[in-house]
Amino acid sequence: MLTGDGSLSERSGALPVKERNKKAAVIGAGLSGLTVAWELVKKGYPVTIFELSEQPGGKILKESEERMPRHIIEKDFAPLINNSMLETCWGSGVGVSGGMVNFADLLARYDAIYLGTGSNYALPAGVDLTFDEQGFPSHDPKTLATAIDKVFIGGSLILESEKRSPIESVSHGKIAALSIDRFLQGVSLTAGRSREGAYETLLYTSLKGISPEPVYIEDRPGELPNSEQTLQEANRCLLCTCLECVKACPYLEHYGSYPKKYVREIHNNLIIIKGGRGANEKINSCSLCGLCAEVCPGNLDMGEFCFKARKKMVETGKMPPSAHDFALQDMAFSTSELVALHRHQPGFSKSRALFFPGCQLSASSPHYVGRLYTYLREKIDGGVGLSLSCCGAPAQWAGREDLFNENIDLLKKNWTALGNPAIITGCPTCFSVFRKVLPDLDCETIWTVLDRVGLPENSGAGVKMKKLAVHDACTTRYDKPLQNSIRNILLALGHQVQELENSRETTTCCGYGGLMSYVNREVARKVVEKRIAENPEDYLAYCAICRDHFAARGKRTYHLLDLIFGSSDHDLAGDQGPGFSKRQENRYRCKKSLLKKVWGEEIQTREPGFELAISAAVRSSMEERMILTGDIIEVISHARSSGNVMENTETGTMVAYYKHRNVTYWVEFTVENESIYHIQKAYSHRLVIKG
Amino acid sequence: MSETSKILCSRCGIYLTMGTVTLTYLEASFPAELYKCAKCGLVYIPEDLALGKMAQVEKTLEDK
Repeated sequence: MLTGDGSLSERSGALPVKERNKKAAVIGAGLSGLTVAWELVKKGYPVTIFELSEQPGGKILKESEERMPRHIIEKDFAPLINNSMLETCWGSGVGVSGGMVNFADLLARYDAIYLGTGSNYALPAGVDLTFDEQGFPSHDPKTLATAIDKVFIGGSLILESEKRSPIESVSHGKIAALSIDRFLQGVSLTAGRSREGAYETLLYTSLKGISPEPVYIEDRPGELPNSEQTLQEANRCLLCTCLECVKACPYLEHYGSYPKKYVREIHNNLIIIKGGRGANEKINSCSLCGLCAEVCPGNLDMGEFCFKARKKMVETGKMPPSAHDFALQDMAFSTSELVALHRHQPGFSKSRALFFPGCQLSASSPHYVGRLYTYLREKIDGGVGLSLSCCGAPAQWAGREDLFNENIDLLKKNWTALGNPAIITGCPTCFSVFRKVLPDLDCETIWTVLDRVGLPENSGAGVKMKKLAVHDACTTRYDKPLQNSIRNILLALGHQVQELENSRETTTCCGYGGLMSYVNREVARKVVEKRIAENPEDYLAYCAICRDHFAARGKRTYHLLDLIFGSSDHDLAGDQGPGFSKRQENRYRCKKSLLKKVWGEEIQTREPGFELAISAAVRSSMEERMILTGDIIEVISHARSSGNVMENTETGTMVAYYKHRNVTYWVEFTVENESIYHIQKAYSHRLVIKG
Repeated sequence: MSETSKILCSRCGIYLTMGTVTLTYLEASFPAELYKCAKCGLVYIPEDLALGKMAQVEKTLEDK
């Protein structure tokens, strides 16, 4: 408040306040009394100061001119002393004897009185206060109120000598002024004051990476530091903040603030009746990975908060349809008859175990699903069934509890029909979902199984032994047995394990979790880039999506199955992974080939009756725009059957559109021999053309 | 945009002309001036419009 640089007067001049009709008296113009006067004047109360000496300042005037130059003190006090709301009575002691201001008169004339007469003065005569055990005038330490109505007390008068300091006096002044203001307004003196004065902060500040610096200013009486030392000392201040989660999470960093503010914004977003919901994107961009809760000293989980917000948005019909539609359609595909399958092993009417590879492993590496299934059947007696479907994580992340529960119920029904076998998942996310919602289910991942039963013969023949940096899956960040099995398998294959700085419980998301990459590609890109910059070694992932996300950004990454089944004639770590359309096609091919190979059944593929020719550039644009080959087929099929086609006579291309599910897809193309469609362009919108 | 486009409706054999088209999304409905076939009503929405203005309108309506 009193700064010595003149800024006080400039600031205070800009704040006109309305004069109030109640007035206060301050007895003693030391730092506590001056602070009370300043705080009350700022609030519009007329204040009269009664001071025994002829000038303000109290004990600080005892400091040397060198240490406390008087012109600076005067400059600091000037805005108060010259304030029109303040009356000053210098040389006016308060007491009962002749020449003194009578305390009883003050009680009658003023609405509140502050006693700040300092340690050198006794309590003014006529002030009828009892004394506590330590010999100080009795008062409430929280509010500084005394037993006399409207009289407050503070400063060195009630401070033990070792606790007296200018800071304590100013603190007392602020506390007393707040009490007086509340008293004059007739409101509670005590409500909501728990964080006043000194209290133990909850603020955590990491000292990681901060090297200790020496104290530049030694406390030597009578010796003043030079300006260089003063600046060096000031620069030692860390400007304490926590921000542990913001440092760890590119999503939290992206929005330029920190969770306390985000929580408020999200809360407001949920309760707003009319107007823009500006936090929708923020709510839907979080990966829900739980890293923030892990690194937060207070365990604040933004993911849990965003997850609940999503469910609320769905419940109230305020979830933007575009946010998760693509992922939910993809899940619908994975659970459809076209690609889902639930079977006993051929020749068995019971299943002791059931292999559930998960939709993303089938999409990224359908060939490994077949190899694994063969191996599991060899190693596990009593029948190993196969369950091709999706665990429902996309619906859960999208806040669609209805779809999620529907899917879990369907899986349970299918598994019950197969005799409730133990589930072996190929994907850590499926495992985490089942373990959470089906706690009674006997479930583990292929990794703990392989660690236990041993690896297939000739495992690892395709990949040279090397050092690999292990990226743990964020959905199983607390699963130590799984994480240990990954490392055991790597060692068994002869590789060296490089631990990333953020591994196991502090592992990061790959940019897919929570459907982040569908909602906010920029944040997802930042998440991937931060992760892949952590270590120069090739990475090892055991979630198909993690592997593909890193590889797509140019980080050489193996899936653990690459190290077991991979072939040396293929650059396994450099493979960019399939796009959205290819992923769906792979799931379909996975079912088709397994049905043929294991059960000897054929399924007939329905051909559209025409061919598509799509260049790499157009495919890349489709991927960016989340348009599937299947969407293009729908548009062309509709154009062929309806005749609704246009021709751009300027470019010579044909144009057709078709609303498929909730999106209208546009395709520009040329036709070769009436059966080969060369796709030039594809785009879409969600606005509906009503004609 | 000129009144007549370079977009030919293959079925009707006529060039699309500017006309009023109703667009809807969520609970909103509004008119837009777009090229359409005066005979069969087929509409043409160019790529830049779909990915520009229309995408903005979609986002605004979704966040309302």
